[in-house]
Amino acid sequence: MIRFADVYKGFGDKQVLTGFSLEIRDGETMVIIGYSGSGKSVAIKHIVGLLRPDEGEVYVDDRAISELDRAGLTEVRRDIGFVFQFAALFDSMTVFDNVALGLRRRDVPDDEIAARVSEALALVDLTGTDDRMPAELSGGMRKRVGIARAIALRPRYILYDEPTTGLDPVTSAIMDRLMVRTREHLGVTGVVVTHDMRSAYTVGDRIAMLYEGAIRQVGTVDEIRATDDPVVRQFIEGRPE
Amino acid sequence: MIVQIGGSAVRGLEAAGRFGRFLADTGRALPDVGTWGRLLIVQMRRVGVDSLPVVVFIAAFTGVVLALQASYTFTGTVPLYIVGTVVGKTMMLELGPVLSGLALAGRVGASVAAELGTMKVTEQVDALETLAYDPYSYLVIPRVLAGTLMVPLVVAVGVAVGIVTGWLASLGLLDLSTPEFVKGLQFLYRFKDTWYGLVKSASFGCTITLVGCVVGLNTRGGAEGVGRSTTQAVVYSAVLLLVLDAFWAMVLL
Repeated sequence: MIRFADVYKGFGDKQVLTGFSLEIRDGETMVIIGYSGSGKSVAIKHIVGLLRPDEGEVYVDDRAISELDRAGLTEVRRDIGFVFQFAALFDSMTVFDNVALGLRRRDVPDDEIAARVSEALALVDLTGTDDRMPAELSGGMRKRVGIARAIALRPRYILYDEPTTGLDPVTSAIMDRLMVRTREHLGVTGVVVTHDMRSAYTVGDRIAMLYEGAIRQVGTVDEIRATDDPVVRQFIEGRPE
Repeated sequence: MIVQIGGSAVRGLEAAGRFGRFLADTGRALPDVGTWGRLLIVQMRRVGVDSLPVVVFIAAFTGVVLALQASYTFTGTVPLYIVGTVVGKTMMLELGPVLSGLALAGRVGASVAAELGTMKVTEQVDALETLAYDPYSYLVIPRVLAGTLMVPLVVAVGVAVGIVTGWLASLGLLDLSTPEFVKGLQFLYRFKDTWYGLVKSASFGCTITLVGCVVGLNTRGGAEGVGRSTTQAVVYSAVLLLVLDAFWAMVLL
């Protein structure tokens, strides 16, 4: 289980999170929605210790992230896969090496690495791209390699940072299908940060809206669809006012 | 005025604190040999072998110029074999390490800052962390160690080339024989001339790569930030090299 407990985070004079609290249950996919720049990505970066809260705490399986040293953090990160907004593939490595890198860190034998990379690429429909460089891939393919890199580690949690941003509707739908498939195949707990409501409805078990630094509302997809909170309604309907 | 001075002092202290923390994090990552060990060879080739052409080019012409300038200065006043002394001493003590160092600040320092800066702004450094790698083990230590180990070797080659071209210039363009040039080389030679230049070069290599890593990993702001970091790395390295040059002269000579 992942739990944000009254997290505050600011950068200079700008306060991004102001009392952010949220609980993500094992096995579910939680979608965090919110306006651009509202702090969604900042929030999930706390889960893997890329950012530390100014106040409050983030717990992963009851381990307080900000209290961990680097060794402890490394231990937690072994259970978490992170899919970055722009994939963050290593541009000097082939697709195979990108997916294999995390496995090498875990001292997985070479033959098993080959099998797991192959399996992960098959799961994201990218079989046969092993030798290609990231620069040779489209945006959607790069994001799928990012997912393959995360799932090859067989993590317990996968965090997706804006997985469909910048993609055309069809490729976005493919990404959504991949996220659903990943959960069904691997049974992982997912956290998806997005402002794409179609994606949120497709992949989420529950949806939480981040607004002005804190959770405005959290509920099942049906509850969010039926909400009468004016701020949430405006966002999910995409109304300018 | 007072506010400006205070602000500058605070920023200076913050930068010193960040650098101290950077060094501490780098030291803490040193035991992770399994990560940086296999990357070291690649970096040694990039920092060392790939830098040889530019260093050899600079050293070759420096040797020729030194021989001609020494001849111009000493003709008619002291025996001309002193040309060998000037070429050897100057290449080993000063021009070999410093000119090579400045060239490598441009070539290696800029390359390290641009590479790590790009990795930083495209979240590749964050991705490394989420894959349970320590960026200091994976990125910093191989580069700094490669710089510290390879720059003295590259400089040594450059010094040798400079002496050879100085000798060839003496033979071809001056009225000097090989025995005379060699006599000049041996005259006033001390073993310290050799190790002084190499120690200095090692400190230059460490500084160039360390500055490239620090500046690169603190890059912000996309392509413009990468460009800014690259320039900063070259400027900071060049300035620090000249300061270090004076420091070693005061401490070791």
